Amino acid sequence: MIRLALLTSLLVCTVTPALGQPPLRWGGDSEGGAPFVEADPADPSTMVGFDVEIAEHIAAQLGRPARFVQIAYASLDQSARRGDFDIGLSGIEDSAGRRASVAASVPYYEFREVITVREGDRDRFRSLADLRGRRVATLGGTMAYDLLLQAERDDGITAVSYDDDVHPYSDLLLGRVDAVLLDHVLAERAMRRNTGLVTHPEAVAVGHYIIIAAPEQTALRDRVDDILRAAMRDGTLERIFRKWGCWNEDQPALYARVLGAAATDPSATAPAGVPPGTVGRAWEALPRYLPSLLSAAVVTLVLSCAAMLLAVVLGVLIATGRVYGDPVTRAVLTVYVEVMRGTPVLLQLFVIYYGLAGVVRLPAFIAALVGLGLNYAAYESEIYRSALEAVPRGQLEAARVLGLTPLQTLRLVRAPQAFRLALAPMTNDFVALLKDSSLVSVLTVVELTKQTQIFATNIGSWLVPGLLCALLYLAMSLPLSHLARRLEDRWKVATP
Amino acid sequence: MSATLRVRGLRLWRGDRQILAGIDLDASPGEVVALMGLSGSGKTTILRILAGLERADAGDIQVPKAGMVFQYHYLFEHLTAMENVCLAPMYVQRQTRAQAEARAGELLGELGVGHRADALPRELSGGEAQRVAIARALAVDPPLLLLDEPTASLDPARRNDLGDALKALAASGRTLLLTSHDDDFVRDFASRVVILAGGRMVEQGDPRQVLEYAQHEETRELLQVERQRKLGR
Repeated sequence: MIRLALLTSLLVCTVTPALGQPPLRWGGDSEGGAPFVEADPADPSTMVGFDVEIAEHIAAQLGRPARFVQIAYASLDQSARRGDFDIGLSGIEDSAGRRASVAASVPYYEFREVITVREGDRDRFRSLADLRGRRVATLGGTMAYDLLLQAERDDGITAVSYDDDVHPYSDLLLGRVDAVLLDHVLAERAMRRNTGLVTHPEAVAVGHYIIIAAPEQTALRDRVDDILRAAMRDGTLERIFRKWGCWNEDQPALYARVLGAAATDPSATAPAGVPPGTVGRAWEALPRYLPSLLSAAVVTLVLSCAAMLLAVVLGVLIATGRVYGDPVTRAVLTVYVEVMRGTPVLLQLFVIYYGLAGVVRLPAFIAALVGLGLNYAAYESEIYRSALEAVPRGQLEAARVLGLTPLQTLRLVRAPQAFRLALAPMTNDFVALLKDSSLVSVLTVVELTKQTQIFATNIGSWLVPGLLCALLYLAMSLPLSHLARRLEDRWKVATP
Repeated sequence: MSATLRVRGLRLWRGDRQILAGIDLDASPGEVVALMGLSGSGKTTILRILAGLERADAGDIQVPKAGMVFQYHYLFEHLTAMENVCLAPMYVQRQTRAQAEARAGELLGELGVGHRADALPRELSGGEAQRVAIARALAVDPPLLLLDEPTASLDPARRNDLGDALKALAASGRTLLLTSHDDDFVRDFASRVVILAGGRMVEQGDPRQVLEYAQHEETRELLQVERQRKLGR
């Protein structure tokens, strides 16, 4: 009986090896959407897209079940190195920097970087050179973004970086930018979603999608290469891309090159080897990135100061209204304060920039300033309100007996004393605002944290950029805390 | 405007409790009138009503413009002694800064705190703060000066200085109304004492008469409490 059970379990193991194998964890970003990876509209718990089908094909060839791992697009390289997944594919672009920091497969798809403009500008803007002095949008951390940075120097355009590929096109329609440069897969998808746009077919540049793995996973990468080559030969890839409407004449030519190179020199398209030390590379890259980090720090500082100024002015008005106003004013202001404090500032920024775009089309920096200012005004008003209420009643009575009007009492006695009480919490808020200002990168404002992220993505390491970024934030916040402490000492109110 | 104070039938309730049960009070220029009574007798409340900080429920009041010196001074914590004194002349009377500072300098000098003009309230002693507070009240030249427990924070030497200063102010034609626990001070410097108990006026008259030969039960009780307080100190 026991012998029979053993025999059965042995049989099961040999017949269905996949059951005993660990799953192939594959990383991608479902926010990237169709045709790459997206949650199935019919069943959001499963993923669909050509990258999904390629991943499943590779898993099947390896005899392992496929398991999807959600990773933000900009973090795919970092996650590969951390070992969050075995292979990553999500429209990941081939680049020398990427090949140096992770194990990269042969390219499996060729795309063209193309320019999309509003229909009315079809003949005016045909190339990046035509867009001198104009704002051109793209997805951050991509080859297209590098092309735009190059064009900033060569053609005098302004590059605008987004965290997703939807808003570059919606902002193009709104007139916030004058063109979008992205790969043709994303451009075609945007054309289906929006009317009033036109894409020039000519390629500004050509690039490739690849599959990545942790740098030491060269054996796995070589097996993936073999599977991809076989899929090119037997038409599996063609079938998948045709199904998703992405097949074109560029692909057979790419496959011929990949398969030809494999026959002669396996290393020609897929340079192998361990990447050089990333920290060392980061120090080398530092002089190139330092100027942009410093100017991003200036953006952070200017934005924070301007937003704080707005918050202080509005906060004073709100606090005054809540202390002195009639019941209706007080109720309205209380609702404002509770709504602004009770909802995420990120949501407020989105609503102001994108939500209100149909009514008022604010430039990104102004929207960021207004968003942060309106949010922090709620916090400031609470500080001022409690500070106003903390001024002893005797001080106000002394002013009244002297014959000062209520307004004079507020201006000459109550507010100056309340300000001294409010100073310490205000400083805390300003330091918090300095850091919260990093949220405005979602509105395409490149401030310190965003610039650090660009730096880190490009060199493939967070260590050096992160340290540098932290130092810059500290350099801005520490003197401020110091100044506030000194003023506080000077103004310390005697306790009777 | 006359400097004479005239109060008739002053009444005040807080909830069910009657704080003032019909007070009649007169005071003329040159007088230093002291209100005495146990805690809760209503003396501070009378000053606050005369200063316009509280409203009475009933009564007829003829009061000239009053300056007030609070028991805890309530100097503006963020302003120097000089700025405290100049605030009302500049913003209520619209004097120029130079005018206000000249007058404030005189007042601070007369009260013996001219050398403390640039000090902040927290840097002043109790006696100095009180004299700055008196200067602040006098800067707008009120015919009536109200002082709540002016001797509370003073040692005996300072107390006599204050008494002399108050007498001088009365002699210059002002009306002074003060509250006090200190029967020695009242005896030495007030021209009239008014004894209050339970929101009523019990007796009034020359302090030497009233305090030496206390006619009323309430007055004797008040003096006894005060003597015990002094012995315990």
